[in-house]
Order: sequence, then structure tokens, then C-alpha cells
Amino acid sequence: MSTEAMRREEATSVEAMGYLESIPRRVVTLYLPLAIFLFALLFPFYWMLMTSIKPDAELLSRDQNPFWVAAPTLEHFKHLVFETDYPRWMWNTVVVSVVSTFTSLFASVLAAYAIERLRFRGSRQVGLAIFLAYLVPPSILFIPLAAIVFKLGLFDTRWALILTYPTFLIPFCTWLLMGYFRSIPFELEECALIDGASRWQILVKIVLPLAVPGLISAGIFAFTLSWNEFIYALTFISSSEVKTVPIAVVTELVEGDVYHWGPLMAGALLGSLPVAVMYSFFVEYYVSGMTGAVKE
Amino acid sequence: MNRLLDNRNFLGLLFMLPAALLLLVFLTYPLGLGTWLGFTDAKIGRPGHWVGLDNFDDLLHDSVARLSLFNTLFYTVVASVLKFVLGLWLALLLNRSLPFKSFFRAVVLLPFIVPTALSAIAFWWIYDAQFSVISWALVKMGLIHRYIDFLGDPWNARFSTIAANIWRGVPFVAVCLLAGLQTIPPSLYEAAALDGATPWQRFRYVTLPLLTPIIAVVMTFSVLFTFTDFQLIYVLTRGGPLNATHLMATLSFQRAIPGGNLGEGAALATAMIPFLLAAILFSYFGLQRRKWQQGARD
Repeated sequence: MSTEAMRREEATSVEAMGYLESIPRRVVTLYLPLAIFLFALLFPFYWMLMTSIKPDAELLSRDQNPFWVAAPTLEHFKHLVFETDYPRWMWNTVVVSVVSTFTSLFASVLAAYAIERLRFRGSRQVGLAIFLAYLVPPSILFIPLAAIVFKLGLFDTRWALILTYPTFLIPFCTWLLMGYFRSIPFELEECALIDGASRWQILVKIVLPLAVPGLISAGIFAFTLSWNEFIYALTFISSSEVKTVPIAVVTELVEGDVYHWGPLMAGALLGSLPVAVMYSFFVEYYVSGMTGAVKE
Repeated sequence: MNRLLDNRNFLGLLFMLPAALLLLVFLTYPLGLGTWLGFTDAKIGRPGHWVGLDNFDDLLHDSVARLSLFNTLFYTVVASVLKFVLGLWLALLLNRSLPFKSFFRAVVLLPFIVPTALSAIAFWWIYDAQFSVISWALVKMGLIHRYIDFLGDPWNARFSTIAANIWRGVPFVAVCLLAGLQTIPPSLYEAAALDGATPWQRFRYVTLPLLTPIIAVVMTFSVLFTFTDFQLIYVLTRGGPLNATHLMATLSFQRAIPGGNLGEGAALATAMIPFLLAAILFSYFGLQRRKWQQGARD
């Protein structure tokens, strides 16, 4: 415990005082723990990659060094793309994520603007309700939602997901955009009002262009959330043709008791790739979206 | 018409319409419906009749349901505490002067952004009873002689799933707390150092108090997500072995969807609400007091 406390106290020293530290001390208190963290956090990805390019014989041998591949192969990816519905699952995921993200963004922009700037009667309460809606977890909604989806005749269609994903996307996006709109000076809007612009014109021509970073943050975050969604897709979808990647990999690629680890890992890797690529392009937006929603 | 559009109440209503419609139909209504279903004997394909507290009474005497409550609390408490400690530690490390800082931060967040179901599959393979890479390495190092049955033994399975949950949650906690750390002005540390504060005192009396509001929010989210976790367990163990890893969410799914017993599943889900409310209220009041102490507005 005392070494742990030591490390933590050490870590609080500010950058300005960094030069006071000796190199060995820095290695023990900073680089070593950081390296362990990075190893633990990244190993599963390395492992996914290795498994996905290993031939079956190597996968099931205990003698070989499992950390390396002797004869890399793309067999598993080929199997996935040509002999399963994988491309179709990918397409479903893209359609569902993109449509639900844009629907949510549209609804959230209007709602956030109304709450933050129109200040209609009861807007504060509505803002609070939106925040509370964000705290409602999908695990307590999926059963009644399944009943509703069934009654609406949407069961086993992509619409079931497109219409239910906004329940967690809208509260998040609205909350985030409210923060962004608040940072835009009110004077800009007043000038436009005096010049005779309508509220709609103000929103489209003044507020939105200034809130582009917020829109990107909200959009990226919403996209990853819908790409990763699991419990609704598992409950509302049963045919292979309409499944999304996370569900399909778990339910369709696992056949009986024999696990085909190669294709499974290849599927997991390919399914993670789109969000990972998107994230790498917009890291700053993503982080500001995540922390922004928490800080409010 | 134009006059109406100038009225902020009317316009506000109009702008709220799409969001309100979606949320009322797919969030508020199901929330109510779910609670109601918990008091009925609804099955899939058959509307239920009011049965009062029967479902809850059954659950109270159902050893699996009680076990799932224990599992959920154990899972939430252990995972949240470790996520907090490790997350804070990682945040403090990343807050120091470091080359390629933003690169590290970006890489650290990866486990949080990839789909949990898919990373859980990687853990499933890492925990494999016969080909686990962890067992392989430990055997080669001579630390153990038999491969560890990570997911086949009740307590092993509990800790294995908790480890996977921590792996996914630490990046979220760390990056959020890092954002909080970066808002603390360095001058405070300099002043404290000049006054002779030791590094531990600087952490205890400068960092921690200023970070508390963010810690409260981040940990509330973390606790809520962990308490209602579903996908990790579903992929790794489906609640097994011997229901040792069944959380309330996974049990409620199993009873309601494959089991067809909507009423009982909904009752289990409803039983989670008081715990969630308690967590939210706890953090809300903790947070309020801190805000007031710091003389914040509102």
C-alpha cells in the first residue's frame, strides 16, 4: 500500500517540477507502470490479430510459442467474407448506425436549441428530464420495448433498431449540444434578431456553423454507441440477414461446441475496425464529447 | 401563423417535438410498461393479468435470483473500486510531462470504444480452458502446473469477468479524470510546494478535493454501467457456471426472452431501479455539497 501511495503522490508533481526528478526514479514511477498499463490494455487486440491470422493447426497446438505466427494466413478472413453473411451484417450495422445517428442529431439539435436558447416555459425541467433519460440503462428497457416493437410490427427488422437506438442517443447528444450552444455568445443571435432573421435562420446560419465541433463530437460518439449496441439487437432481431455485427459474431459464428477461433477473431477484429478508424481520425472530438458529457 | 412562430413557447414546443415523440414512445412509455409488466404474469404472445407482488415474492424465494443479486453487487463493488483506483492512477501517470502524451491517451481509450461484445470474444479465447495464453505463459514460467479453468469454476469465473469489465472500464475513468486533472491550475501545486507540502499532501489536499466533483460523476456513470452490465457476461459465460456469474440483467433476459416469462423478467429489471436510484441520489447529494463548499453558483 505504501509503495502505491508513494507512486501516486509522485504522480501529482506538476510538469514545471519535472526536471527535479532523476531518470531512474522517473522510470520506476512513470514509465514502468505506464508500460504495464499499455501492455494490459492493448494485449487483447494483439491477441485478436494473432489469432485471426493463425492457421488452425497452430491455434490448437500447445507446444508452439502462441505469441507469434509461424505461417500467417488470411484463410479466416476469406472464410468470413465469402462463406458467411458477414458483409451483410456489416452493411446492416452501417445502415442502422448511420440512420439512427443522423435522426438523433436532428432531433437533438432542435431540442437543445429550444431548451438552451428559446427558453420556453418549463425548459429547465425538460433539460433535467433529458439528463435523467440519459441515466436509464437499456437493460431495464429491453423487455417492454420488445413488447412494443412486436406490437408495431417492427420485430426482426432494421427499423426496430433505428427507432430504439435514439432512446439513448438523443439524451446524450442533446445534453452535449446544450453545453455547446451555451458557449455561443447570445449577442450574435440578438443582432440577427434585430436584423429580422427568424429563429430557424438563426439556428441554421449562425448557431450551427459555430457548433460544428459539438456536432462532430456528438455524431462520432452516437455512431460508436450504436455500432456497439448489443442487448436491443439481440432481443429484437432473430434472422441472420438483419443482424448487426456484434450480435452476428456472437450468435452465428459460434456453432455448437466447436469454436472456430480463427473466424471468430477475424470477425471481432473486422467489426471493431470501422469504429477504431473513425475514432483515430476524430480522437479529440471523441474525448471532448465523452468528457464534456461528464463534466456538465 | 407568423405571430405564432414568434411565440417562444409555441416554437419551443415545435422544436422539442421530434425528440419528445421518440423519447415518449420508446423510453417513457416502456419504462412505465416495464414496471407494470413486473406486476403481471405476461408471457410471450399472451397479455398478462395483474398478479400483484407475486413475481417479486417468487424472486425473493428464488435462490437463483438471490444469487444474481449477490453477484451483481459483488461485481459492481469490486469492479468499480478497482476501476477507480487503477483509473485514477493511470490518469495521474498520463497527466505528467510525457512525450507523445496525446498519442498515449488516444491508445489508452481503445478498449472503451471497440464493441464490448467483440472484445469479450477475445477475452473468451484468452480464458479458454485448454488454450489460454495466460495459462501457457504461467506454465512455461513454472508458476503453475495445470491450466487454469478460468470460466469453469464459480469464483474463477466471477473474477475473470470482473477483470474483463475492469479492462474495458479503466480507460473511461482514466480519460475523464485526466480531463479533470488538466483543469487544476499548476499555480496551486507551486504554492503548496512552497509552503512545504509533501507530494502526498499535495495529492491529498489539492488534487483530491478539486477532483471530487468529477470523480462523483464519473463513478456514478461507472457504477450504473457496471450494475446493469449485460453483454460481457452474456458472451463470456451466459451466467454460468452454476449461475455463479448471472447478473440481474442477464437473468432477466434469460427469464424473459428465451424463457418467455416476460412478467418475471420485467420484475427482475424493475428490482434494479431502486439500486440505480440510490446510486444516483448518493452521488447527487455528495456533489451538491461539494459545489456549495467551493462557492459555486446555482
